[in-house]
Amino acid sequence: MNFEFSDEQNMLREQAQTFLRAECPPQAVRQVLDGDAPFDRALWQKVVDMGWTATAIPEAYDGLGLSYLELSVIAEELGRALAPIPFSSSVYLATEAILMAGSEAQKTAWLPKLAAGAVIGCLAAAETSGQASAAKLAVRYEDGKLSGSKRPVADGDVADLAVVMATSESGPVLCLTDLNQAGVARTAIKTLDPSRSHAEIHFDQAAAEVLGGLGEGWDLLQALYDRAAVLFAWEQVGGSETALEMAKDYSLGRFAFGRPIATYQAIKHKLAQAYVKNTLARGNCYYGAWALSTDAEDLPIAAASARVSATQAYYYASKENIQTHGGMGFTWEFDCQFPYRRSKLLAVNIGSEAIWQEKLIAAIEAQRAA
Amino acid sequence: MDFNDTAQEAAFREEVKTWLTTNIPSNSELENLDYIQRAKLWQKRKYDAGWACIRWPKAHGGRDASAIEQVIFNQEEAKFDTPDGIFSIGQGMCAPTMMTWATDEQNERFMPPLASGEEVWCQLFSEPAGGSDLAALRTKAVKDGDDWVVNGQKIWTSGAHYSDYGVLVLRTDPDLPKHQGLTYFFLDMKSPGIDIKPIRQISGGANFNEVYFNDVRIPDAQRLGAVGQGWQVALTTLMNERASIGGGGGGVNFNSVFELAKTVDLGDRPAIEDPSVRRKLADWYVQESGLKFTGYRSMTALSKGEIPGPENSIGKLVGAPKQQDMANFALDLLDQAGIIWDEAHSVNAGMFQATYMASPGLRIAGGTDEIMANIIAERVLGMPQDIRVDKGIPFSEVPTATK
Repeated sequence: MNFEFSDEQNMLREQAQTFLRAECPPQAVRQVLDGDAPFDRALWQKVVDMGWTATAIPEAYDGLGLSYLELSVIAEELGRALAPIPFSSSVYLATEAILMAGSEAQKTAWLPKLAAGAVIGCLAAAETSGQASAAKLAVRYEDGKLSGSKRPVADGDVADLAVVMATSESGPVLCLTDLNQAGVARTAIKTLDPSRSHAEIHFDQAAAEVLGGLGEGWDLLQALYDRAAVLFAWEQVGGSETALEMAKDYSLGRFAFGRPIATYQAIKHKLAQAYVKNTLARGNCYYGAWALSTDAEDLPIAAASARVSATQAYYYASKENIQTHGGMGFTWEFDCQFPYRRSKLLAVNIGSEAIWQEKLIAAIEAQRAA
Repeated sequence: MDFNDTAQEAAFREEVKTWLTTNIPSNSELENLDYIQRAKLWQKRKYDAGWACIRWPKAHGGRDASAIEQVIFNQEEAKFDTPDGIFSIGQGMCAPTMMTWATDEQNERFMPPLASGEEVWCQLFSEPAGGSDLAALRTKAVKDGDDWVVNGQKIWTSGAHYSDYGVLVLRTDPDLPKHQGLTYFFLDMKSPGIDIKPIRQISGGANFNEVYFNDVRIPDAQRLGAVGQGWQVALTTLMNERASIGGGGGGVNFNSVFELAKTVDLGDRPAIEDPSVRRKLADWYVQESGLKFTGYRSMTALSKGEIPGPENSIGKLVGAPKQQDMANFALDLLDQAGIIWDEAHSVNAGMFQATYMASPGLRIAGGTDEIMANIIAERVLGMPQDIRVDKGIPFSEVPTATK
């Protein structure tokens, strides 16, 4: 049994923690939340310089050729720091989509730029309120052109390249489109988590290429989500631990009725539950990381398990962190809002908890039927 | 990252498998034996071949095996339906305490027959007035020559009625503060003055006992640790209790409720097709897999010769309430028939009903949910202990319901 990160991977984690403590303190999150900049460009550039955007890209496309275990380590630490950068959109979604379904020409054209951070990618999938389905897609691909609107698109206002879920005469299709062209109009939209920007993107006969095959788009999107879900879950676990640490630290220093509130069982048991949920989610994330890194057949089960438990853990820890802080946790001045906001963004960004619960049971049924 | 044994571990696993396959008792061997005789037969067979308590020193009846080898043996043994259950307290909790605190001569005398199953041990800690607050126990021991004379009552003693020996904590000085007036002993359960009465449980079973002490004499040579050091010795036992009680493994689990949901209807379709049922099943599945993979992380630490982190402390706190909730859910799926508890007429021979009635006990035995949460908060998260109003005052002056 060797179900643990290697010494080298743990060293990477230590480097990442040291780096992010210095370069991404809570004030950095606050600056994006309060300011006009859509993301922390300086931090993004440093992350690119560290090679993190190139982590799992093969060396043939100017990547580092490391495994998804290394990318999992980075994801957890970015999640812990609540980094206000478009990493998940560009790396877990756009880069992964091209790695998974791109033609040789598409890989050669885009992966080196994504690796070098010269291009930021995003995924444009959502269109309406409620759960998405292939049948409901309105954005249309026809003769190399895209038309229609996508909202919300995480990091859509700052990205250069979008992977777009569209419909076509031959069925659902994933497209690749350059966002810096005349047929693309982008409007920033307000969201629950202003520390990560979002946009509505309108395509008006925008030039696009098919990614993968015509008619295969919906299945490809699900496969992409399975891969991304593991990395999202690691970010969620990292953020969840931040929320728990914040709550614990505050409870140790806050006195009520003559003693630290950390001595009350109402607080202790709440935080013990957060620890339990985080630990379960972490166990599932280990399995997800293993399944992703080995292309295991049970990736759909592993990914959904990690995703469901990490979503639940982050929600619990972030809401109870505010509760533990009492009234102060409700103020704009305190940082408790950051994990609470981010937990919701990460929870719905690639499909809500309900979708992943359903995916999990469906995957278990499929495995047992096989 | 992988799930594979090292070459050495794989060889050991093969050796274990081979031995188990050829030595598991046959049905005809077990016929006409009660559960105690069955358990003793299997334990003795393991002992004679050097497969009992393998982590223990050879001198005490073990095999000098490593922690990971113990895990491997347990995994392989669990694949068979072997008789067990009556030695876990003695071998899992009493033995580590004896090996830490008893003399070499005592361990040479008592450990081998405990490993072989020829002598069964129990643990007498809880009292009517001291459960979660274990150190509030009142059963008294007074020194008389080379003996201690014991009077009082213990409760929740598993297996007292078939045990040969027991470990216990007694109050030797009521005028000292709570934790300081305690002393730890082991004793012969057949000593004169011991009266054992089974406790009938809401689940229908009677696994626990009340044990009354009426002028029972324990030789001072059977004291473990110094007079007044009983709490410290008890912690050795308790640490092993929490490590050995997993909870949540058997009985009602994802598989059993998943299968049930396929066979019963909700409205006009099988329950498994209902989104609310699927969401609940997903939640339980991720709890089970989370525990499983947390266990794999601990096993990895053992495999590397390291001590596992605190993450394993969550097992009982997750597993016990989960069993209760899943049983409750399964009974609701059965709808009005859920009330029937009759092996001949209930689905799965009444397993869901039995778990519904047994799970309240799981949430209490070996540390209540609340105590487990306190332990996680204090020892894992480093939060302070609760305020204790009995701290530093003589035990005899501590307030109770009656004074």
